[in-house]
Amino acid sequence: MNDTVDILKTAKQLRSELGDDYRAKLMEAIYSNATQITDTSVTYDSKKTKMTFDRVLDQALTHPIGGFLMMGLMFFAVFWITITGANIPSALLGEFLLGTVYNLLHNFATLISLPVWLSGFLIDGVYLATAWVIAVMLPPMAIFFPLFTLLEDFGYLPRVAFNLDRLFARAGAHGKQSLSMMMGYGCNAAGVISTRIIDSPRERLVAIITNNFSICNGRWPTLILMGTIFIGATAPPALASFFAAMSVVTIAVLGIVMTLLVSWGLSKTWLQGETSVFSLELPPYRPPQIMRTIYTSIIDRTLIVLWRAIWMAAPAGAVIWLISNIMIGDLSIAGHLVNFFNPLGLLLGLNGVIIVAYIVAIPANEIVIPTILMLTLTLGNNIAGAQPGVMLELDQSQVYTVLTQVGGWTMLTAVNLMLFSLLHNPCSTTILTIWNETKNKKWTFVATVLPIVLGVIITFSTSMIAHFFALV
Amino acid sequence: MTAHATPACETCPAFNASQLKKMGVNTDDADYVIALAGNPNTGKSTVFNTLTGLRQHVGNWPGKTVTRAEGGFNFNNKTYKLVDLPGTYSLLSTSVDEEVARDFILFGQPSVTVAVVDATRIERNLNLVIQILEITDHVVVALNLLDEAKRHGIEVDERHLARTLGVPVIPMVARKGQGVPELLQAIENVVNGEYQLRPYRIRQNDPKLEQVLNKMTAIIEQQYPDLPNARWVALRLLDGDASIEEAIRENRLGVLTQANRSLSIDYIYPVEAIS
Repeated sequence: MNDTVDILKTAKQLRSELGDDYRAKLMEAIYSNATQITDTSVTYDSKKTKMTFDRVLDQALTHPIGGFLMMGLMFFAVFWITITGANIPSALLGEFLLGTVYNLLHNFATLISLPVWLSGFLIDGVYLATAWVIAVMLPPMAIFFPLFTLLEDFGYLPRVAFNLDRLFARAGAHGKQSLSMMMGYGCNAAGVISTRIIDSPRERLVAIITNNFSICNGRWPTLILMGTIFIGATAPPALASFFAAMSVVTIAVLGIVMTLLVSWGLSKTWLQGETSVFSLELPPYRPPQIMRTIYTSIIDRTLIVLWRAIWMAAPAGAVIWLISNIMIGDLSIAGHLVNFFNPLGLLLGLNGVIIVAYIVAIPANEIVIPTILMLTLTLGNNIAGAQPGVMLELDQSQVYTVLTQVGGWTMLTAVNLMLFSLLHNPCSTTILTIWNETKNKKWTFVATVLPIVLGVIITFSTSMIAHFFALV
Repeated sequence: MTAHATPACETCPAFNASQLKKMGVNTDDADYVIALAGNPNTGKSTVFNTLTGLRQHVGNWPGKTVTRAEGGFNFNNKTYKLVDLPGTYSLLSTSVDEEVARDFILFGQPSVTVAVVDATRIERNLNLVIQILEITDHVVVALNLLDEAKRHGIEVDERHLARTLGVPVIPMVARKGQGVPELLQAIENVVNGEYQLRPYRIRQNDPKLEQVLNKMTAIIEQQYPDLPNARWVALRLLDGDASIEEAIRENRLGVLTQANRSLSIDYIYPVEAIS
């Protein structure tokens, strides 16, 4: 034991002999060694290295102004293709899973004379919630993920990070935060883990707290649906998908703005400190391997995310069925909850159903829309003939009818739901990941509560503005 | 799925791809542990997927793998556990990803560390390779992305590079499976001690520094006679590396000298789930 202390002591003593520039000298030695080896083993053909296609492309894609325009255009295209492409397969899947299979299951349940409460619980609760999630989520994800992965494979994402880097630096955050933000667009839990690439604890915390402003997979379907049936519907049919895609992009951009604003706010108040300098490597463009990318992104991303959604949806479906069927007095638990939250919901330009849906959906944002529809139908006058706790088969125009006529939704409700979808607490998986990464109660709490506080402020403001100008 | 090779290779003795059996996540009781290290975005995950048959997500951007992923393969009747480390530019600094990579190469004591090098950016990649060579002698350099290097007019003399670094250098295009049989053969040669390793050592420009470093190294060697990387530990102690100081205080460096791999391999960081 004494020997080890000796080693440390000697090291300390020798260190003081060497002086402060030891690290610099070491780095210098490493670099000059590497340069020497390279010089003797690598030759360059100067003609080819001069002006390659890569550099021309880089100048365009990372142009101070043009780069941002291209970025907007690129993401708009991705959403537009997703929205237009997902409509038909979504409808077909819905018809199959929520119509054909659902009826078959019920017939089968009658055949083996399953008790009504059990078939209700299993088929109308667990199965329907799961089927809904598949029908709503699978087609857009099967289009969105391959497109996004192709961009990634090609090497576009680091250029986006490069463009955003200046903005992050100005917000007092680490430039690498743009990379963890990109990860967050797939899944916030993954985004939070990816902040490990940031070495300064202060900047890493900023990145963790703001990662929730990257819209994750679970939230895209809500935005896409609201954009399609409310905002797209106000436009002439030919332009409907254009407007729908625009509205989704707007929310995504708002997410980036929030990320920057909150990062700036945090680094001016709670998390003050220097901004680290870092170098971001722009990798070479690589021709994407299209077939392989499509294959792996469907297998790895789409199916895994879907699997997770199903695992979450099944128990949530059970919970929804239970709270809609267990009566306290003359009203179900769901009814009591909705009545309780309704005043708050209306104040925020939402309603009680939406608030309850977001509470039920803490484990997985994917089930927000199905829950909203089901609660709206069973608690309102039941035009589609829903049993309590049954998530229904509805196509998009019917969803619109249900929400406006039964739920009393307006354009404000739809817009505020989109805003609230961006600005609310992270899902439980993400909260757990934040805790694992920070091991700090305070920051986990801040990361959980801050977005919801912002969501309340912003939806309250839009609601006040809309009422003040008598827009609704 | 088998590794692709051009027909001409089949007559060549190095062509051993048929001996490769991908074992996915099944890595129990592996004979050898292989670490994959390298700069970000050099194709580590692609090499990982090619060898294990797994589908660790591959993305064209730096910093994608921040935890380590594990998989297995079988080659010439030996089983190997392959660990994909986060990409780093150096092993000197303090971010979590660099620590994961550094700690694994140091404390995990892999049988071979494969340093994946981007042929289009050799100089910057070598900064890391020579740091790895300070920690471990058992290194194979996978010179990846050679097709891109050609496209950019970069010609690499890999035999000269291998002589200078004193470890095998395998030219590869991992995306197309080129060089995979040769890489496997090189790993096996290093494991069996069939390749004469003469690992490159960083030459200090400052005589004073060299002198102090030698002194420190001698003290460490005295205390830990079997430590394979005393010089590197000396370098780090002189830099005041807190985690190495801690390892000395907790006598974890002593464990390394006993080559007790099973003891040290899994305790540092959790493995990223691969599905």
